[in-house]
Amino acid sequence: MSTNVLEVRKVSKSFHDPVTVPVLREVSLDVRRGEFVSITGKSGCGKSTLLYILSTMDTDYEGEVTIDGEATRGLPGSRLAEIRNEKIGFVFQFHYLLAEFSVLKNVMLPGLKLGRYTAEEVEHRAMERLRELDMHDHAVKSANQLSGGQKQRVAIARSLINDPLIIMGDEPTGNLDSRNSDIVFDIFKHIASQHRQSLLVVTHDNDFAARTDRTIVMDDGRVVG
Amino acid sequence: MKLLLSIAVTLLRAKLRQSIVAAVGVMFSITMFVTLLGFMNGLNDLLDGLILNRTPHIRLYNELQASPRQPIEYGTDSTTHAFIRSVKPKDELPRLRNATAIMDVLEKDPRVLAVSPRLVAQVFFNVGTVDLNGQVNGIDVMQEIRYYKFADYLVAGDPQDLATGNNTIVLGKGLADMMEAGIGEVVQVTTASGERTMLRVSGIFQSGIADYDKVQCYANIKTVQKLLARPGSYYTDINVKLHDLLLAPAMAKELAARFDVDAVDIQTANAQFETGSDIRNIISYAVGIVLLVVAGFGIYNILNMMIFEKLDAIAILKATGFSGSDVQRIFLLLSMIIGVVGGVSGLLGGFAMQNVIDNIPFVTAALPTVKTFPIDYNPKYYIIAVSFALITTWVAGWFPARKASQVDPVEIIRGK
Repeated sequence: MSTNVLEVRKVSKSFHDPVTVPVLREVSLDVRRGEFVSITGKSGCGKSTLLYILSTMDTDYEGEVTIDGEATRGLPGSRLAEIRNEKIGFVFQFHYLLAEFSVLKNVMLPGLKLGRYTAEEVEHRAMERLRELDMHDHAVKSANQLSGGQKQRVAIARSLINDPLIIMGDEPTGNLDSRNSDIVFDIFKHIASQHRQSLLVVTHDNDFAARTDRTIVMDDGRVVG
Repeated sequence: MKLLLSIAVTLLRAKLRQSIVAAVGVMFSITMFVTLLGFMNGLNDLLDGLILNRTPHIRLYNELQASPRQPIEYGTDSTTHAFIRSVKPKDELPRLRNATAIMDVLEKDPRVLAVSPRLVAQVFFNVGTVDLNGQVNGIDVMQEIRYYKFADYLVAGDPQDLATGNNTIVLGKGLADMMEAGIGEVVQVTTASGERTMLRVSGIFQSGIADYDKVQCYANIKTVQKLLARPGSYYTDINVKLHDLLLAPAMAKELAARFDVDAVDIQTANAQFETGSDIRNIISYAVGIVLLVVAGFGIYNILNMMIFEKLDAIAILKATGFSGSDVQRIFLLLSMIIGVVGGVSGLLGGFAMQNVIDNIPFVTAALPTVKTFPIDYNPKYYIIAVSFALITTWVAGWFPARKASQVDPVEIIRGK
């Protein structure tokens, strides 16, 4: 029980505009500590919608989502933000770095927000993460001077800064060529095995999914495999 | 908070040109606000000072008026008829009775700043065959210099001369010009009772009000007493200056009842000045506030645009653990930075503008002591201006900031 980082019980969601369309029907799943899980399925099967509910950013659903033993349903927005900050790391399809900030500052921001370490320590830790991802040479560059693959590596470094329990990815390789996809996959694999952090990655790339510990297949709002 | 501030600053620097434009808008309106109010109030003070400096807060005097009890009323026994014959006027002097005693009491009153007696005499100045009408004010010269800025209005001569010399007089500028009398010359004065005296001119006086200067003259109170052949305690007016001008109306009533004299307070005597100052003030505040509101709309627009351009950044901040109120604070801080920078440079600009106006020559015959345009450097206007700037930018920032706090990150991230 305690090894489950994420527990999902009977989560349903419908879109109501203009007519009520169910997107998720009573989805239940668990993610254990250190597990590398991928979610695949056809476009429109609700896999991304599920991910954003699990990320706590989407609060409009029915059912139970428990992160690290804490039920998230009905929590105030500020607490959800704290959970995202401390326990969840994100990697998106389109990098989403802040163009105004340097690479290093982008990685540091969630750490500074958490405030567990001093600014110097956060900077040191951010450099460590960048070094692990072989991006430390670009630390002082502005975020939009990087290539797509480089940006994605910086985004991964950012997601790791607060040592989250789980890292969620929405098509993290969807925008990358196969070489960069491999790099990202290897990094994820390394995170799961070395740091015992869980990964939950939504992808439509079947090769990518096949190499993960476990693949959850979704169809029409249900978990089918 | 420090983190939010550093994010706000970084976002500002990324949009440096727009931010500067917004800050310049605030700066311009604050500059205008401070300059306008300083200048308006400088003018107000100048115009008010024309009258108020030389007007006592309360003037005690004895007005000649019809007897409240007419002779017919003395025989009002209803059973008889009263006949009145040979009613003679009573020779009542326009002097204050018990003036010395009243002054003693007033000087002990804690509300009173200064008490000075006056003796006003109607005279004729004999110039050749022509008699010019004049009014000699016998004054306590040292008191008048200290409390009514008498020396400021002397365009020639030494006020000390008037204080110490016997038989000296300060003529109004208009009167002196008509008589072609300069300092040191002697003029002949005839009182209402026909006595003639020679007085030496020791100074020329210019109040700025031409009609006043054609009639009014000043002399030592002893000189005027001698002129009228009256004893040393003969005064027609007692002028009172208070610590607090606002007490004047109530105190005037109190003194009138207590000493059985007439008393007029400065507010009653000069009501029109207050009204004029108030209206000028309202106009300057209105213009200033309108300018600030316009600047506020500028900030509102720029922030709205910035938020629209920064939807990605807002979404990413939220996804990585910044709450809605954090985002709101970032944009509110951003607005306040513009407000503070614009406000402070506006104050400096306002101060500079005030200095420029303060050095523009402004010479007019009516105002002998004024050489440049008047400015009131009261820090009050700076404080009001900067508070308005902060309030306006806060309000202008609050609405876009709230909008930013409500951005749904899922929509932004998925919508791409």
